[in-house]
Amino acid sequence: MFIAVAVNWHLVWTRIVNPNGIFAHALWVTIYISIVAQILGIALGLLAALMRMSSFRPFRFISGLYVLLFRGTPVLVQIMIFYLMIPGRSLNLLLFHPPETIAAGILALGINEGAYMREIFRAGIDSIDRGQMEAAKSLGMRYGMAMRRIVLPQAARVIVPPLGNEFNNMMKTSSLVTIIGVYELFTDAQTFQSNTFSRDIAPFIAVAFWYLVLTSIWSFIQAMIERKLAVSEHGDEISLRERAVAIWTEGGGMVRSAWPWRARA
Amino acid sequence: MSAESGFVMRAVEVHKRFGRLHVLRGVSLDVKPRETVCIIGASGSGKTTFLRCINHLEKIDGGLIEVNGHPIGYRRRGEKLVEDRERSISRQRTEIGFVFQRFNLFPHKTALQNVIEAPVHVRGVAKNQAVADAEKLLTRVGLGDKKDAYPGKLSGGQQQRVAIARSLAMKPALMLFDEPTSALDPEVTGEVLDVMEELAHEGTTMIVVTHEMGFAKRAADRVVMMDEGVIIEEGPPEHFFESPTHERTKAFLSKIL
Repeated sequence: MFIAVAVNWHLVWTRIVNPNGIFAHALWVTIYISIVAQILGIALGLLAALMRMSSFRPFRFISGLYVLLFRGTPVLVQIMIFYLMIPGRSLNLLLFHPPETIAAGILALGINEGAYMREIFRAGIDSIDRGQMEAAKSLGMRYGMAMRRIVLPQAARVIVPPLGNEFNNMMKTSSLVTIIGVYELFTDAQTFQSNTFSRDIAPFIAVAFWYLVLTSIWSFIQAMIERKLAVSEHGDEISLRERAVAIWTEGGGMVRSAWPWRARA
Repeated sequence: MSAESGFVMRAVEVHKRFGRLHVLRGVSLDVKPRETVCIIGASGSGKTTFLRCINHLEKIDGGLIEVNGHPIGYRRRGEKLVEDRERSISRQRTEIGFVFQRFNLFPHKTALQNVIEAPVHVRGVAKNQAVADAEKLLTRVGLGDKKDAYPGKLSGGQQQRVAIARSLAMKPALMLFDEPTSALDPEVTGEVLDVMEELAHEGTTMIVVTHEMGFAKRAADRVVMMDEGVIIEEGPPEHFFESPTHERTKAFLSKIL
């Protein structure tokens, strides 16, 4: 069955070219939540990856349990649980004081993200020959310094592409925090739609466009970072223009199919 | 430098097991200052494992290894030896250079950056001082003009010479070489062996695990034969190669020479 939908293209156009102040705030909230949650996810992912590789059994257990719980349950449920757990006042989080709903959203998304980042860090660190750590140790470096100065900079080349894809995902997944009442991009579209009592999909096409703008900008930044890493390692030096073309023609997923754990429900 | 024992390295009855495999079955060896000791033996005889135990890349299961009079990886608590903390193990490793079979240069750093990495970040040497020292070392191994090259752009022989310079930059009391030419093409082994021979003649204390009998004859003060996890024979190269006494040594030498 085919349902013909009359789209109010004029409305789509208005919402794209002439966004209001509330929209600007919603856009900022989406960006803010995505960035802070991703940073939290990276930190937790690295910590969990190092714990996973530790010789201390309780660390490995905690790391395993963390991934089991947060990768095995829907992020929507996690968002709801964090929202209900957080006391009804603003939190002091990373120098900012976001309102409690945003804080709950960031915590849930970030902790969830860490479980995925752990696997990415582990794959990256595993890809570095054991001899690198041994050489660093034989020169008198301790584990932390050898990791920081020798292993992780090399692993970055393997870690950054899937990390970029994770952040791409994060910007879109962050729309789920609408469920706990955070006013972000999706909420803005939904509010507009419910205020007009219409079944017009125009606001959602407009908001989809804005998500596309965000992810496209990010893909471009990601390409620049990857290019810089490739150059400094004397790997394949693909020009920026070629990368930019690849973003649009291949949907930005440079190594996407090589990372099976990205398949996320 | 060396402590009251007068030895740079002293191993007493060292045992090492990998699971059920008993790799080292009581290895004892003393190395004096300025001495070059070559360890030879068939694959699986435990010579590489022994070398890795000396800087605690492998934990030993029994016996004692001392470098400069300090037990490696363990410290004395009363009568007993307890495993040492990472901090002091790392500090001891700064006194022990290790050259790997597969070089293990840091591929994201240039030759010069490889050499200054540990002096600057482990020893805390000022960067311009470290660079000056590193340039001297790279010139000494014949690579003064390659200091800005990444390891990926260097041949195996060149990489191994950078790796030697990287270890020497820490001014270690003892240099360990683990089959440094085994991963190299035959035509470039010479350039690495020449550098090592020079070090030996300059009086660097070194222990070299090698299959290069020519090098052992020219550079070693003492040759040690390992077999099935024990040292079965040792002596100055003239005696060792001309008139080996042990049957296993004779069989090994006749195969390899």
